[in-house]
Amino acid sequence: MMLFVAIVAQFAVGGLTLLGLRRRPANAALIGLVVLASAAAMIVAEGVGVESAPRSRVDWLPALGFNLTLELDGFAVLMALIVLVLGFGVLLYSLAYFEHDATYARFVGLFMAFAGSMTGVVLAADLFTMFVFWELTSICSFLLIGLNDTSESARKSAVRALLTTGAGGLCLLGGVGILQTELGTTTFAELVKLQPSGALIDAAIVLVLLGAFTKSAQFPFHFWLPGAMAAPTPVSAYLHSATMVKAGIVLLARTSPAFGQSDVWRWWVIVAGITTMVIGGWRALRQTDAKLLLAHSTVSQLGLLTVLVGMGTSTALYAGVAHLLAHAVFKVALFLGVGVIDHELGTRDVTKLAAARIRLPFVTSALVASTLSMAGVIPLFGFVTKEKALVALLDAELGLAGSVALVGVVLGSVLSVAYSVRFLHALLGEVAPDGTRGDDQQNGEHHSSTLIARTLLGAPVIVAATASIVFGFAATQIGKWLVAPSTSLDVLAKSKLVLWPGVNDALIISVVVVAVGAVVGWRVPLAVSASPNSLGERMFDAIYDSILSASKKITQVSQPGSLPIYVVVTILVVAVAALVGLLRDGMPSFDAFVTDSPLTVSVALLTAVLTVGVAVVSVRFTAAVFLGGVGYGIAVLFLMRGAPDLALTQVLVETLTIVIFLLAMRSMPRNFIPASKWPPKAVRVLVSVAVGVLLPLVALAVYSARRAPSVSDEYFTRSVDEAGGANVVNVILVDFRGFDTMGEITVLAVAALGVVNLVRVAERNRRERAS
Amino acid sequence: MNFRPSAILDELVDRWLSKVAVLVAVYVTFRGHNAPGGGFAGGLVVGGVFVLQFLTGREPHIRHRPIRRPTLLLGFGLLLALVTTVIPLVVDASPLESHIWKLNVPFIGEVKVVSSMFFDLGVFFVVVAVVLMVLLSLGARGESLVGDDGVGAS
Repeated sequence: MMLFVAIVAQFAVGGLTLLGLRRRPANAALIGLVVLASAAAMIVAEGVGVESAPRSRVDWLPALGFNLTLELDGFAVLMALIVLVLGFGVLLYSLAYFEHDATYARFVGLFMAFAGSMTGVVLAADLFTMFVFWELTSICSFLLIGLNDTSESARKSAVRALLTTGAGGLCLLGGVGILQTELGTTTFAELVKLQPSGALIDAAIVLVLLGAFTKSAQFPFHFWLPGAMAAPTPVSAYLHSATMVKAGIVLLARTSPAFGQSDVWRWWVIVAGITTMVIGGWRALRQTDAKLLLAHSTVSQLGLLTVLVGMGTSTALYAGVAHLLAHAVFKVALFLGVGVIDHELGTRDVTKLAAARIRLPFVTSALVASTLSMAGVIPLFGFVTKEKALVALLDAELGLAGSVALVGVVLGSVLSVAYSVRFLHALLGEVAPDGTRGDDQQNGEHHSSTLIARTLLGAPVIVAATASIVFGFAATQIGKWLVAPSTSLDVLAKSKLVLWPGVNDALIISVVVVAVGAVVGWRVPLAVSASPNSLGERMFDAIYDSILSASKKITQVSQPGSLPIYVVVTILVVAVAALVGLLRDGMPSFDAFVTDSPLTVSVALLTAVLTVGVAVVSVRFTAAVFLGGVGYGIAVLFLMRGAPDLALTQVLVETLTIVIFLLAMRSMPRNFIPASKWPPKAVRVLVSVAVGVLLPLVALAVYSARRAPSVSDEYFTRSVDEAGGANVVNVILVDFRGFDTMGEITVLAVAALGVVNLVRVAERNRRERAS
Repeated sequence: MNFRPSAILDELVDRWLSKVAVLVAVYVTFRGHNAPGGGFAGGLVVGGVFVLQFLTGREPHIRHRPIRRPTLLLGFGLLLALVTTVIPLVVDASPLESHIWKLNVPFIGEVKVVSSMFFDLGVFFVVVAVVLMVLLSLGARGESLVGDDGVGAS
């Protein structure tokens, strides 16, 4: 149960912030920090060094096999700690980054909700549970990207991210559905045991992969991630480098031991992964905004992680888990560091970053260390994990797929080094002549950052960068700790990390990669003109716009807004259905006509005459009176056939309806004037007659078609005992079929609200026209 | 067709008929479980009272009576019905399952109360609110039905 408490507590703080603590967001953030820290402590206490992983379960739809199940195995511990510890750091940082206003309150609330959802994703023990939290992360991320809701580009990016990840979420749901119906389970451990295969399973695999690829911004869905950089830096740092995009990797890591041996899986993963790695790296070389450069580097690194985690060999999985940690640590430092520079110097332009090393020496050093880790330079942690990755790729015996993966990753790594070096160039190159001074004077308020604020901003960056260095030197120990997480995914994924592997193939490749990458990176100019929108974004927009305009066209055709057309179409459909039914099953026998007393017959005749009257008179008022007469006539017929309840209600409704008619008629012309020429009179008459003839025939047919005994007999016997009422009609309404009544009164309420608002709008229009 | 509001009719409707009709409505509502009637019919009877007031030019009275905001009444009715639907779930029964209490009221004797009565009351309030809302909005042009721009004018 503790696991659920850890998640719910985060949501609770989020909700509390959004509802109650809007005015004091800093207090809310402090509470959030405490919750994140306690959750992390709880994860360590419950999950580290225990024999069997703690599980907890909440039954949701037990009949369908859908329950929320959480399990704190080794991988969950690692991921939960990444989520919570980085969350702690970023939230601390945000205290100094934001003004303490309503936007900050919204940030804190959504941030906590996001952290809670992400904790759920990493703790999920089955696909269904993961899917639920997965969707929550999509929604929180949408709201966080669009945090600055006055900026159009932020809103657009948020919509792109939501629709892309949302579409992927639907695919994932399809996959969950197939697996649940085919295998009867979606628990990761069971899936690994079953090693399912088959055509349907292949379909499920593709759907699951689409979910993972959209979430983790893999080609061709990579475009939303750089766009998401419209969000404030703490959001980008946390969601779009360290956690949200890792959800897809988590999904791959969880399912790869089950599906990794299938060809469909392997080829999709490798092709998407290396394409993403190369495209991300290439585009990172052409960014002038440091944050966008980092965003594209995230895309590229995610490609590498996808290949490693999804490839399906044990060593690669281990290397993937290790690189996951390395990437989270250096990328959060890089994003937050660029955020500090932006906050203090007011620029993120790579041609002006160099000024930072004078004003912010510590942060700049931290950025340099993290960049070197990203490039994979010894002795940083990034080097260790990248070596492991290369070794895993060299050792993988996967034939062509393995070779493709190796070549792709080497090419991607060259680009990784190149953009890292380009970023270093920006940090360490010569200070631009118009550099700091002009900026400083224009942005005088940036000086106002207090020492405390600077510490809060700088500390997470420096701590994370230090971790990249320390982890590198402590590689052996870290490697031991990572065995539990990776073996909890796949029992065979047992390996180790070392800082100095000795001279081997991987090291030689590494040296060449770094050398080539460094040359390329240093020579790529800092000032380039990047196209504002990527091809992916433009394609997304084109598809999005064409869907919208197509739906508008369909609406114009299917909803012309003409009442006569609606009525004719509706009635014709009913009439045709009735006709088809009658032609198939034969005409009803007229035996069902029970000959009644002359009185009944005369009331029926009178009602019929009144009905004709409604149709032929030309004055509205007269028609309304006739219509009322028809209603009362039917009420009398109800009464004669022994339905006093119906009769009573009919009389009351009829009375009220006439009055309401009269009220509405005050604003209508005296006579009927056809509002439209279409349909012509002949068509109207034809349609009316057809319905008038067909519906009574259907009624007769239905009446004589009974085969099963009537349910009313059962209602009669149960009414008094079970529902305590002698009036069966009423008991049906409030008990046996009470759900129907509930629905009906809801419809009634909605209709009344509709009337009120329509009248109000009409009044307002009239007043506007008058004035 | 231009009725003028008549003082006698006014008096009659307002002082007597309305009150009697409300009593009838309550009676109709509560007897519903065992005899023709029920919340829907009862609500319509109350609606009829409002219509009578409208017809006698008493429309402003509806506005100044306690039920000034029919939407609140609407919400209350829906909520009452919904709560009655959901409460059985709490005690592990199926939704809307009836519970029968038998109470001993002094001087009257045993009174049987069925939980579905509250559902029916919810229906009653919804219907009253719907009639009120429609009457008030369609008649919201400041005059009663029989005012200066009477039926069929324009």
